[in-house]
Amino acid sequence: MADAGAGRSRWAAPALGAGSVIAIFAALEILLKTGIVNRFIVPYPSAVLLSLERIIVEENVLGRVGETAFEMFFSCIAVILIGVPIGTALYRYRALRRAVEDWVAALAAAPLVLAFPLFLVLFGRSSLTIIVMSVITGLAPIIIKTTEGLAGVRPVLINVGKSLKMGDSQMFWKILIPAALPVIFSGIRLSWTFVLISVVGIEFLINLGGLGQLINDLAERYDLPGTYAAILFVVGVSVCFFMILERVETWLRPNP
Amino acid sequence: MNNAAANAAGDKAVPVMPAPAAEAQLVIDRVSKRFGEGPGAVVAVDDMSFDVMPGEFVACIGPSGCGKSTLFNIIGGLQEEYVGNVMIDKSRIAGPHAAVGMVFQEESTFPWRNVLDNVAFPLELQNVGQSERRDRAQKFISLVGLQGFEKRMPSELSGGMRQRVSIARTLVSGPRILLMDEPFAALDEQTRLLLGDKITQIQQELHQTTLLITHNLTEAVQLSDRIVVMTYRPGRVKRIVNIDLPRPRTSDVVSSPAFGKYVAEIWGDLREEATRGMEEAEAGAAARGKTARG
Repeated sequence: MADAGAGRSRWAAPALGAGSVIAIFAALEILLKTGIVNRFIVPYPSAVLLSLERIIVEENVLGRVGETAFEMFFSCIAVILIGVPIGTALYRYRALRRAVEDWVAALAAAPLVLAFPLFLVLFGRSSLTIIVMSVITGLAPIIIKTTEGLAGVRPVLINVGKSLKMGDSQMFWKILIPAALPVIFSGIRLSWTFVLISVVGIEFLINLGGLGQLINDLAERYDLPGTYAAILFVVGVSVCFFMILERVETWLRPNP
Repeated sequence: MNNAAANAAGDKAVPVMPAPAAEAQLVIDRVSKRFGEGPGAVVAVDDMSFDVMPGEFVACIGPSGCGKSTLFNIIGGLQEEYVGNVMIDKSRIAGPHAAVGMVFQEESTFPWRNVLDNVAFPLELQNVGQSERRDRAQKFISLVGLQGFEKRMPSELSGGMRQRVSIARTLVSGPRILLMDEPFAALDEQTRLLLGDKITQIQQELHQTTLLITHNLTEAVQLSDRIVVMTYRPGRVKRIVNIDLPRPRTSDVVSSPAFGKYVAEIWGDLREEATRGMEEAEAGAAARGKTARG
């Protein structure tokens, strides 16, 4: 009985979430049918869902997913390879931290996407522009969280390391990094969210590459159901991406 | 024992420490530590001297704020600048020392490692082979009574069990001196007594030289051969009390009349210091309140 109850409660929340989405779609459909919402601005949800098959078959969605994934992959790796060492340096050198911490925080809030003409001039209308801009956009959270995670390591753990006569390198890899990992992971998640938004957004802006360009193409053709279907598809891909990331995080993350 | 002569009149007090004996394993010789300069400077420890013999269990007891933790950090090598000498086998401590194993007051297990990996950690640093590492860690896990919990993560253990993991991790590298800073401070009284039994058993089994820093009277008398009573700020040796309770001991000793006599006697000294500490803290708080009100 208890197991059955636990099973029910496990499925109750996702069912409620899915049910809410279906209810909103149904309500929107009714509002459009009754003319309360203008159908020339918002397409019928049913038409959007039916367009999904069309854009997958006719618009080479898999190829576009591949292009976006390629840009995402390099951006995400670069964000870690650049952000974690910078965050570590800010933790190590207090003067450097005091000097640049506010600038890094400001970087997180800056609308870097508006600087795309500059990057177009520097790197041309290419994937490199998208990757460089996305890396810069995603850097701030991982730098801030890496510094925060390392600074937040409990002093007693560091004292254990010192009492065991650990060198700097051992201390870093065997105590500081594992202890800071949960906070660094939250920085990675934030950074990768920024990277995903940036990659698709810049693809849309410069009309190049994968899923962002698809949305741009469909919008320029004034294919409203197709445009919304593409947006829905991007949202679906993002959800899958973050579900996979969550699994990887659970697998890698030490128990609290 | 170093203070035997001074204690000849009874097993009570030694007001001043005699010169350290040659055979002492740990010698604290006129150690002082001051934080800050000028009128705001705080003398945490002042001219402290005592020694610990091989296999002996000594406790340092004093009220909060008397400099116990400063002394712990100096002996453990975490506080490298101090006046005087802390000597282990005739060499002065000026940094962490392989001969000293430290157990901290705060929970210090690594949450990302299971019990076995936590205990084996010092051996991993020494590049001890995996099978030997496992065997040696297993031995100390059994010694602290945690066999069967090897694969558990610290988050799955109670506070007392986690502290035992820390003790096993410290003992596994074979330190000559076990230095503990209020290791049971966060635990309830019953767990504290039972862990006291475990510590006594380990000390008797390994003949481990141990220095315990504590503010708990019961714990100090239950475990120690000698107790160094400290004054409230600056921390000085007020007197050293020999505890002549029979060994092997268990927590049953707390119900004996002799135990009660030692507790009452040491509390007589401590009460004066603790009262002074409390009065100074209250005066400080009142002065701060006055300043804040302008």
